[in-house]
Amino acid sequence: MALRRTKTIREEWEEHYRGGKQSPREGATISGVPLQPLYTPEDLAGWDYEEKLGYPGHFPYTRGVYHSMYRGRPWTIRQFAGYGSAEETNRRYKFLLAHGQTGLSVAFDMPTLMGYDSDDPLSRGEVGHCGVAIDSLEDMETLLNGMRLDSITTSMTINSPAAILYAMYIAAGEKTGVSLDRLGGTLQNDILKEYIAQKEYIFPPEPSMRLVVDTIVFAARHMPRWNAVSISGYHIREAGSTAVQELAFTLADGMAYVEAAMAAGLGVDEFAPRLSFFFDSHIDFFEEIAKFRAARRLWARIMRDRYGARDPRSWMLRFHTQTAGVSLTRQQVENNVSRTAVEAMAAVLGGTNSLHTNAMDEVLALPTERAAQIALRTQQILAHETGITNTIDPLGGSYFVERLTDEMEAGARRYFDRIEEQGGVLACIENGFFQREIADAAFEFERKLEAGERIVVGVNEYREGDDTPVPTLRIGPETEAAQVHKLSALRARRDGSSVQIRLEELKTVASGRENLMPSLIACVKAYVTEGEIMGALKEVFGVYREQSIY
Amino acid sequence: MSTASKASTEPGARQAGRKTYRVLTCKVGLDGHDRGVKVVSRALRDAGVEVIYAGLRQTPEMVVEAAIQEDVDAIGVSLHSGAHMTLIPRILELLKERGAQGIVVFGGGIIPADDARQLRSMGVAEIFGPGTALQDIVEFVNNGFTPKPA
Repeated sequence: MALRRTKTIREEWEEHYRGGKQSPREGATISGVPLQPLYTPEDLAGWDYEEKLGYPGHFPYTRGVYHSMYRGRPWTIRQFAGYGSAEETNRRYKFLLAHGQTGLSVAFDMPTLMGYDSDDPLSRGEVGHCGVAIDSLEDMETLLNGMRLDSITTSMTINSPAAILYAMYIAAGEKTGVSLDRLGGTLQNDILKEYIAQKEYIFPPEPSMRLVVDTIVFAARHMPRWNAVSISGYHIREAGSTAVQELAFTLADGMAYVEAAMAAGLGVDEFAPRLSFFFDSHIDFFEEIAKFRAARRLWARIMRDRYGARDPRSWMLRFHTQTAGVSLTRQQVENNVSRTAVEAMAAVLGGTNSLHTNAMDEVLALPTERAAQIALRTQQILAHETGITNTIDPLGGSYFVERLTDEMEAGARRYFDRIEEQGGVLACIENGFFQREIADAAFEFERKLEAGERIVVGVNEYREGDDTPVPTLRIGPETEAAQVHKLSALRARRDGSSVQIRLEELKTVASGRENLMPSLIACVKAYVTEGEIMGALKEVFGVYREQSIY
Repeated sequence: MSTASKASTEPGARQAGRKTYRVLTCKVGLDGHDRGVKVVSRALRDAGVEVIYAGLRQTPEMVVEAAIQEDVDAIGVSLHSGAHMTLIPRILELLKERGAQGIVVFGGGIIPADDARQLRSMGVAEIFGPGTALQDIVEFVNNGFTPKPA
């Protein structure tokens, strides 16, 4: 009887709704997932609380990986920073730590990310521009000077040469008397998404996977506080994917790492608790929240049911979030502060474990100190003023959010099937599946924008005349000159014969099956440079070229 | 080799009398941010432009060589790494050395306004920043690489 009455009122509402005014837009998420104007208990028919949500800190972790979530401790504020020389970046880190940041996050310049020394001809014009230039252990020591490596955690965003920078961090720690087991941090080290999206690959996929597995094995054996890989959806999303693609491709990459590490002889529970993830938080508020919740639930089930993980920590998907760089606009740059605040809030409501908020001017150049400070303050406002930390997973149970979470999960599972049908992640990289899916989604997004089907404030609506120029941070050519000078002084000063011996040893190990980490640590301690190490590895591994799909 | 002479003699001209332009698009520098260059390449292709996408990590030398080999009307350069003030002028210089100044150079990416102004004064036809409408780039190409009046 009660149900019948509800139906009648519902029908009445539907009539009113259809008879009223409706916007032609906004009937779908930014990723194109169709949305209803209203969600009711009918949308959750057969939905089971224990199965879908459970409790925070309990399987399937939809509501969060920790029992107390932000009631216990707010998320880690981790602002990605780095520019110019190691000295300058070291000063920026001290500034950020003094202003309440709780972890370091290192941005490297393009030559470092691509494995070239600062004096390589290909590095010309790029040294210190997108991040800090690190050529050798000497630079790493300068970067970390004065930091308590046993009490801070450091995240290093680097991929192809990740094992080398990891070796440098270990060596720098040892020199200040901090042993391996007390060093805490994260390497991005997610090579699969480089082939899929960011394109900072160097070696072919197979030797690249071996390097990743070597770091996972090394961390599992010696460094209990270290996350050897941060499986990243951020770059996939920024390259133009939809939210579902970001979720699906990232978890598919995660499964590929799990399988590779198990194939290398590790038990799943030996390394899985230290796997971590990295997602984008885009501007479509509820879709992002649903994505984060679905990610935790999917991963928990995959790890338990597919890989037989028994340690609950292996089931937990812990993740870092960065607000969406692509959502920022050059026009009316100050509006980016609002966009970033909304995206950060979605990440928090989605239960992120750490967060980077973009500075408003990052669409133009590296952030100025003022803009970086506003971005940091945005997180502090969320954490301390809004009350957002009081209740765990406050949107849990929302008809809409739960339905959208289910749809995210189902959409990701459909992609898992398609990836498996094609022979797995590596096969899909080689046949261009991921690249084509992303290029299509990116083009569709632009098309909607051009057609006015989507409004971006200040870009295709609410435009103003010429934008007032905003000050941007500039990196002068003197940074490159000074870095090149420092590097040539190092080359002259170090023991050249031990450099050669270390490099020959490295090539021998690379040609075999042994773990590369001990040999890499020996290299960096002899002040062999990053470019020299990469050069030796390229001789053994070769380099990768992709087919360009657009 | 000049654009004007090619426009009148090439068979690629469409019935409307408008020339079909050939454009080499590329990423120079070390970064891999290829979303923009791919979307622009596709939009140009859909608008009837002959597009050759050279791919990632092209050096100025590689770009100029390919542009001459492929006999293009223009080079579209995308950069997000901050190396634009080194690499784009180098492309202009190499084109001049090879006697190929007739090839138009335009670009886009993360390029601050001051730098864009400077690049235009060096001979770059146009710099398209983030948020540029695809239609503006298409029109720029199909109007013979003429920037929109400010």
